[in-house]
Amino acid sequence: MKAQNQYIKLKNGSPILTADIPVLSYNDFRVQTIKLLLDFDKAHCSNYFAIPKGIGFQLIVIIAEDVNHDFLVFSHQLLSIETALESLTQDHFAFHIFEREIHENFNIQFLNHPWLKPVRFAHNRADQSKQIANYPFYHFDSTEMHEVSVGPIHAGIIEPGHFKFSCHGETVKHLEIQLGWQHRGIETLMLHKKTDLQRTLLAESITADSAIAHTLAFVTAMESLSQIKVDANLNLERTIALELERLAIHTGDLCGMCTDVAYQLGSSVFNALRTPIINFTQRWCGNRFGKGLIRIGGTHYPLNEGLKSDLILVLNEFESRFVEMAEKTFNIPSVIKRFDGIGIISKINVGLLGCVGMVAKTVGYKRDIRLSHPFGYYKTVEFEPKTCISGDVMARGFLRYQEALQSIQLIKTMLELHKSELVSSKPDYKVVLNPNSICVSATEGWRGEIIHTALTDQNGQLEWYKIKDPSMHNWKALELSLRNIEISDFPINNKSYDLSYSGHDL
Amino acid sequence: MFLDDLIIVKHQGKQFIKDLTKASLPEIFRGIPQISDKAINAQELIDFCPTAAILLNKNKLAIDLGKCAFCGDCQMQFPNKITFTNQYKMATNNRDSLMVYQGESKEIKVEASLIRKEIQSIFNRSLKLRQVSAGGDNGNELELGACGNVNFDMGRYGIEFTASPRHADGIVVTGPITENMVEALQIAFEAVPEPRLFILVGVDAISGGIFAESTALKRDFLNKVHIDLYVPGNPIHPLTFINGILELTRKKYRR
Repeated sequence: MKAQNQYIKLKNGSPILTADIPVLSYNDFRVQTIKLLLDFDKAHCSNYFAIPKGIGFQLIVIIAEDVNHDFLVFSHQLLSIETALESLTQDHFAFHIFEREIHENFNIQFLNHPWLKPVRFAHNRADQSKQIANYPFYHFDSTEMHEVSVGPIHAGIIEPGHFKFSCHGETVKHLEIQLGWQHRGIETLMLHKKTDLQRTLLAESITADSAIAHTLAFVTAMESLSQIKVDANLNLERTIALELERLAIHTGDLCGMCTDVAYQLGSSVFNALRTPIINFTQRWCGNRFGKGLIRIGGTHYPLNEGLKSDLILVLNEFESRFVEMAEKTFNIPSVIKRFDGIGIISKINVGLLGCVGMVAKTVGYKRDIRLSHPFGYYKTVEFEPKTCISGDVMARGFLRYQEALQSIQLIKTMLELHKSELVSSKPDYKVVLNPNSICVSATEGWRGEIIHTALTDQNGQLEWYKIKDPSMHNWKALELSLRNIEISDFPINNKSYDLSYSGHDL
Repeated sequence: MFLDDLIIVKHQGKQFIKDLTKASLPEIFRGIPQISDKAINAQELIDFCPTAAILLNKNKLAIDLGKCAFCGDCQMQFPNKITFTNQYKMATNNRDSLMVYQGESKEIKVEASLIRKEIQSIFNRSLKLRQVSAGGDNGNELELGACGNVNFDMGRYGIEFTASPRHADGIVVTGPITENMVEALQIAFEAVPEPRLFILVGVDAISGGIFAESTALKRDFLNKVHIDLYVPGNPIHPLTFINGILELTRKKYRR
């Protein structure tokens, strides 16, 4: 019997029993996956991973329906590692990274996958003979091409990753990015750590520039699996923190983009402007990145009247200085020349790659968890994401400017709704999780959608914890942006994406 | 056009911190902690610490700031027992002095007797550093970047980060040192001409922090090098780093 729609619908942050996930034959699994993802405007793959189950593996796919606020979840039970599976990537390219990850970790074979190259050389990978040090990069057998290798250590104070450019003269024909140098084994540690506080600290350390967004995804998963209700006021505080993070990092990135096109005034001013925002976060919770602020079930740092009026002053002062500088930056010919039409990623490629967050929004997809799978404060409003259409450096810069302004407005609105006389509960350091359950928890960090998937066993212990940073989807877009442009445009392209190494490598 | 620029500059005002050695941070900032003599269940406190930074030494509680992730949850869970002060000057060249004992109002500083002679004579006017992230979560990296911005302006002392280890006087490590990164770190370190500094920045670099027991790390490289400075924090505050470097390389900043 072939039933229609063999999936279960899940809301963001609401748990179900793992047994309720439909298990399909691989053929049905594959056909249904491809069918659901046909329209790039309506759905995309949020995560696809394997967990060891019995003698084999359960392959679980999470498809985000961008219009209906649902996650569609279904699975396939792979009984033996000997069975090779027909790759999904050949029909829907967005699966390339997930199938590579599954293959790297468990040695599950995918037939007709274009390139099962390692994702991050995880410490517990199936084939230990593969080493990051002797990874064979893609190589053109040509006497006219030359190669430029950058990394793993880069020129600036940033994280490591290796970029290999295959060039014809000054023109990049192909860029290959290999990551994994940052791999710390976070997903394994999530299961091995004994206390909830330890796991919270791990979530804060996935990548500090998205500490709020990742920790929020983590605590939401834990709270929903233990039926802890979070009051509206605490939700507002968390969302304010999330928007402050977006505002600070977008401003810092605009600084970086100005630096990379040698626009000194913009570089200095945006750099200085980031400071009052993160210093406010420090006055709120003692840490410039908001570490310590987001805790399961409550907070130690309520947003009191003093802090609220402080924040309004900071934002007003920030906004006028920020707008003045941004207007100048996006109108000055020397900047426009270096932003406009550089590093274009086409809408069709973004769709094929299944890119999320900023990259999707720069070509016009309204792919934003705040709209599609609302959480916290966004459940109560109709959020309208900002978008651009050109998919170039200019779009990635201008989108940051627009999103930063939007964040300021959102924070101001939330500050009015927030009632500081209501006292939120204190954090819960020992939560009891529902047994045999799965929860998909998503937030929209400044890069894009962050998905944490938690599965519990029959004793209510974490059985599996899967983290997906938006960079997993989006690194490939940077590779494609570089095709047929000058190699000297790489730094500004890289900065305009500002993807996460640590979030990818975990 | 230049007038526009001047107006922007005027609207931004003066952003730099005049004296980086005397700047103060808000009370809520978590710097050097104090442990009071209040009676509590010590084992409960020890078990509560997520990074095993709290321990019992001769019946006295102690916090190892090389392991402390500065989450501050202990001071919330055990009020009046542990209090984090806003003292940000806590970089040192002595690993043992990162231990804060019960009842102590600790001052952590660079100890003159432990500084190699050549360090001060060669690096006291200009210092170029190469940063290597070996599994860092980008927090320490951003804060090290902030050291050079218009607010902190570390460059005023001739201290800067440089791209090539060949141009550098030392290596600054962030992150818990992953197995995948250790070889590159070693190559970068060896490329720095001698005498060279080796500085660990952030809890992850000093002890592994929350990742300490991960099998994805490979920290034995640290046994082979002389560590000139430990800068605690998660992430570090730029002021902690800048003051630590000044104390290490310049006599007049030593406390």
